[in-house]
Amino acid sequence: MSPILTLIAQRIALGVLLLFAVSVLIFAGTQILPGDVAQSILGQSATPEALANLRRELGLNDPAIVRYFSWLGGVLTGDLGTALTTRQPIASTLMPRLWNTLFLAFWAAIVSVPLAVILGLLAVRYRNGPIDKAISGFALASTSLPEFFIGYLLIFFVAVQMQWFPSISTVYAGMPLADKLNAIVLPATVLVLVVLAHMMRMTRAAILNVMQSAYIETAELKGLSSFDIIRKHAFPNAIAPIVNVIMLNLAFLIVGVVVVEVIFVYPGMGQYLVDHVSKRDVPVVQAVGLIFAAVYIGLNIIADIAAILANPRLRHPK
Amino acid sequence: MSKELEFLSRHVASGRLSRRDFLGRAAALGITAPFANMLLSSAAQAQAPVRGGILKAGLQGGEATNSLDPATFLSQVPFNFAKCWGEYLVQLAPGGLENRLAEEIGSSDDAKVWTFKIRQDVEFHNGKTVTAEDVMATLERHSNEDSKSGALGIMRGIESMKVDGRDVVITLKEPNADLPYLMADYHLIIQPNGGKDAPDAGISAGSYKVAVNEPGVRYVGERFANYWQPDKEGFADQVEIIVVNDPTARTSALQGGQVHMINRVEPKIVDLIKRVPGVEIKTVSGPGHYVFIMHCNTAPFDNVDLRMALKLAMDREEMVDKILRGYGTVGNDFPINSSYPLFADDIEQRAYDPDKAAFHYKKSGHDGPVLLRTSEVAFPGAVDAAQLYQQTCAKAGITIEVKREPGDGYWSEVWNKQPFSTSYWGGRPTQDQMYSTAYLSSADWNDTRFFNEKFDKLLIEARAELDQDKRKNLYREMSIIVRDEGGLILPMFNQYIDAISDKVGGYGDGVNHELMDGYALARCWVKA
Repeated sequence: MSPILTLIAQRIALGVLLLFAVSVLIFAGTQILPGDVAQSILGQSATPEALANLRRELGLNDPAIVRYFSWLGGVLTGDLGTALTTRQPIASTLMPRLWNTLFLAFWAAIVSVPLAVILGLLAVRYRNGPIDKAISGFALASTSLPEFFIGYLLIFFVAVQMQWFPSISTVYAGMPLADKLNAIVLPATVLVLVVLAHMMRMTRAAILNVMQSAYIETAELKGLSSFDIIRKHAFPNAIAPIVNVIMLNLAFLIVGVVVVEVIFVYPGMGQYLVDHVSKRDVPVVQAVGLIFAAVYIGLNIIADIAAILANPRLRHPK
Repeated sequence: MSKELEFLSRHVASGRLSRRDFLGRAAALGITAPFANMLLSSAAQAQAPVRGGILKAGLQGGEATNSLDPATFLSQVPFNFAKCWGEYLVQLAPGGLENRLAEEIGSSDDAKVWTFKIRQDVEFHNGKTVTAEDVMATLERHSNEDSKSGALGIMRGIESMKVDGRDVVITLKEPNADLPYLMADYHLIIQPNGGKDAPDAGISAGSYKVAVNEPGVRYVGERFANYWQPDKEGFADQVEIIVVNDPTARTSALQGGQVHMINRVEPKIVDLIKRVPGVEIKTVSGPGHYVFIMHCNTAPFDNVDLRMALKLAMDREEMVDKILRGYGTVGNDFPINSSYPLFADDIEQRAYDPDKAAFHYKKSGHDGPVLLRTSEVAFPGAVDAAQLYQQTCAKAGITIEVKREPGDGYWSEVWNKQPFSTSYWGGRPTQDQMYSTAYLSSADWNDTRFFNEKFDKLLIEARAELDQDKRKNLYREMSIIVRDEGGLILPMFNQYIDAISDKVGGYGDGVNHELMDGYALARCWVKA
């Protein structure tokens, strides 16, 4: 096997291992929470017999290790268990929420990633000039403002005053795509503004770093235009750190947007998790925790692999 | 009717003039309030309902954990949606009850045996006819301990039930003259076979059928074609509830025209909303109230003089003014106000009196600070209220130490556990129900640890008393006992504050609860 494939396989194996470790932590964490699951289902007025029955029914009398493996077995076969509060299978209520979150994250990423990279390239091309300063200033300002504040500003001016876009971003199954897109314009804009600066600054810094190299000087001396130098020589060598920061921001777009979801009433995972935490619905919290962990680890694996692939020393071993 | 009055009443009906302003104008024209009110209602009726369209509400109080099983209802969104799809035996109406599925209600002379005659030819959403058996099965399910129904408390008094033709005959363990009122409880939706087969199927006989049920996100009801009173409810083709828990998002959704009505407008922004064109504020006085509760059996609160001192050190006017911004009324240390039937309005109002409070405080012999626990979740503004109270107590020489507890766990660790804390009650439909829930010695939630034999005896006696004047007197006596001897400091009754857009037609007076007691979506229409 070529060394690069071995490396990639190693990364993936490590990621899977890490995910198992996280699952142990999540399970252990929810176990040491105070209170008893049966008690929290039946409430304070539960009779001892009813509690005993429910504990038996839920298998709470088994040792924790047995319960962990039966939970894990369920997860691996696609069965996330049953919500305590609604007695519905978790997968069926969670999946639509997950899709909504991915939908919003997707469109925010589609706009923000190319925009950030292009702005970063422009900033490098015109570095230290007025364009660079303007781009950096705008991006940093939008990142410095808390996201709820940007959200409320947009709601006030764009939704209430001008009434261009709705302030409520409720989307649902069966809604036409155009309506959905119209509904998420404002939250997606907020997310774009929040993640833009980080990615843009990183692109700028990574490329500038490469621009100090001797081979860039050579490229300049042989008469290439500055855009060609950036595009052909600097950018490919700066990809690894850029992909890393992009993946971090994508992960944020998926797991860190509770506030934006609340402000725009968007039915995503964040609000779903908060609702269940406040009701002590442990199986749902476990499932959501595991999905968030998987997203984080998965995106980081992709970043690692991209970095490996972008590295010519690994692609073309001696 | 004078031209001006007619003009004004049409203005009210179309929402261009507030009810209060109209009554003021009418008084200026020499018209008495009852007559002016009558003019108003005829004007509202003259405004013909419009059929069609989608009526939308943006509401607080919905979670992803909600279910359509009526036994589990607790928050505002399931409550409001319930009034769209669910059909009940009766409904609370201004000044009494409105019969819904119950065509006639009768009782034995001792109020122990009650007969509900069930309306004929009413259809469930699944095409079956509503029968007395369905009604009985519903009541059975909610009386079952395993159902964990929110209505279990009121169902416990039932000894046996039977069906006799169209009648459901209920025999109670103890007489209770209030039984019909209890049937208006929002959990008691009549379901086919009582919902025993599929409790969360969302099938009843209300004016809208459940079309979309996405807990914590949105609900849609489609007009039920075979609804039994089509001239009264079900005007819009569709009703939609969007769960909007963030207050700012709710307000902007109303302003931006995405929803027609919202609940829970925060008192501090009411004056701002009033200035928004096309939006009108609606308030409902209900039985809900905010409380400071002391355990009567725990030191130092087992001393009646200390309790009296703490009651007298409460500046109620200031509480209503600053915490409720005027959207409420002062309380009098018993949990009943004019929204309850048989309320005695001649009980002397307790006022802030630091001198008298100091006198009782000295008499109690207590020394040192009194610890009051509070949290933002106790009621909106609870922490501010505790600090205001600290100030007014200080003027009477009483030192209050305010301890702010975390909101998470407040209801399980602090309320009903610690001897002095802040809390709220949503109120109950009848005085008997309120007192039985929290003030009877054996009550489930006796959160003031109030054990008073005389009070208990009066409460049982009042249940069996069918003579309304005598009952009113019994309740009056009980109110005074709680007021003077209990562990309850009740500074204020809060109002529900809703806001509606000018596109909503047919908005009427609600009783007891927000948005016309939850019937706003079912009874209003979208103006053409």
